[in-house]
Amino acid sequence: MSKKTFQEALSSGKFVVTTEVGPPKGTNIERLLSAIDLLKDRVDGINVTDNQSSVMRVSSLAICHLVQEKGGEAILQQTCRDRNRMALESELLGANVLGIHNLLCLTGDHLSAGDHQDAQPVFDLDSVQLIQIAKMMEAGKDSAGNELKGAVKFCVGATVNPGANPLEPQLLKFEKKIAAGAQFFQTQAVYDVEGFARFMKQVEGFKVPILAGVIPLKSPGMAKYMNENVAGVSVPDRLIEEMTKAENKEAKGIEIAARLIKDLKGVCPGVHIMAIGWEEKVPEILSQAGIG
Amino acid sequence: MIVAERKPFTEIKEMLSGYRKILILGCGTCVSVCMAGGEKEVEILASQIRMAFEKENREIEIKEATIQRQCDREFIETIRKMAGEYEAVLSLACGAGVQFVAELLAPLLILPGLNTRFIGVAEAEGVWSERCRACGDCVLSETAGICPVTICAKSLLNGPCGGTRDGKCEVDKDKDCAWTLIYRRLQEGGKLEKMRKIHPPKKHGVRIYPQRQVNEEFKKEVKSEK
Repeated sequence: MSKKTFQEALSSGKFVVTTEVGPPKGTNIERLLSAIDLLKDRVDGINVTDNQSSVMRVSSLAICHLVQEKGGEAILQQTCRDRNRMALESELLGANVLGIHNLLCLTGDHLSAGDHQDAQPVFDLDSVQLIQIAKMMEAGKDSAGNELKGAVKFCVGATVNPGANPLEPQLLKFEKKIAAGAQFFQTQAVYDVEGFARFMKQVEGFKVPILAGVIPLKSPGMAKYMNENVAGVSVPDRLIEEMTKAENKEAKGIEIAARLIKDLKGVCPGVHIMAIGWEEKVPEILSQAGIG
Repeated sequence: MIVAERKPFTEIKEMLSGYRKILILGCGTCVSVCMAGGEKEVEILASQIRMAFEKENREIEIKEATIQRQCDREFIETIRKMAGEYEAVLSLACGAGVQFVAELLAPLLILPGLNTRFIGVAEAEGVWSERCRACGDCVLSETAGICPVTICAKSLLNGPCGGTRDGKCEVDKDKDCAWTLIYRRLQEGGKLEKMRKIHPPKKHGVRIYPQRQVNEEFKKEVKSEK
């Protein structure tokens, strides 16, 4: 894959592929580094999650730096949960001076979901306001209106959950994110391509690229767990059945993910693969999907 | 009202070690309504302490009293002389009341008997729930009378997070998502366009603790009386 920036890839008209890595809890990063090596030339951007699931881990910025050092294109995830606006703005400046120019703005899971339940949740900003501030900083000012000696430059993204119920408040927020300056979206995991296509039809008036989320299934149990516990995720029964019947669950999970990506090609301009521990299998998924 | 709950008895008992003559002071307003620190709760706590101490053959003299408000100078003044006869006052007021009694009756030792929880309403009999975070910058006109700062677990100002599910909150499946409630009420009232407005970040600079509120006109009047 040619060395385009993520932003260039987004505007190139090609089918864009991003994936993500989760920093580890501790300083052993060998496995993460080898995952980055496997992924960096196969995708257009690698998201680095920010204390995902409210579990304390290596900082997203540090790992983004390692991704860039290895020649990958890092997408810095920043949640509003752990940092006030001052810390977030400082992190954005830090990212830019390290050559990281892609940003995904998220609200963040609540602390009650994670391993630091007695910590103070911050939420000084929300995702819409964080997008706005990133854009203000591009215009050369911080959120308090003070001039920056050197503005930032970001390709700013956000998330949307096409499976949200009710959907309308989610869509209203999606519009606000665009008004605030969001340049791309990554979605919650999609398993029902037809349903997702209906969502895409609803938002076709907005000319902002939406990358459909893909989470490879590892087992029928994982699918059932997500159906019960993850907002907006709905794995159809037929896929659960397919997984149940399969002798080799791993091969089947990869096959289904690749099939989803192929089907999504006609529906949206790209995908975001969240492998959750299966990072080393992403190249195989992409090959089966006919990418790269 | 300010909603509070009584501290665990073991903690109260621990606080009282070393004292033989105490005043338990109730507060007749908020904490009385939420059944944590009114006249009745003073009576119950006093008997509980007497029984526990008696069981351990420890002596304690307890006086019970309740004033209308422990956050008001004039009511505290009424017990000044009487309180002076005790080694410590166990106050069943909110944190504000405890501190004001301590300030006015210093150096008399004041102990807190309650944990102060929140500003809330009596939702049903025996159930109180939080409604206001005292943010100093009310947005209720924009959000159909539902406070996103308080009711949303993440205090989000611009709509629901991605964790909301079937109108419920990510944090607790039994709790309603504030933004789904706001959305539904705005929709019913034909005011959904309010959800399109981008709310800027809160101005926390106006809230440097401790805060004060001064009514200049009234302040002068008080001065002139003296």
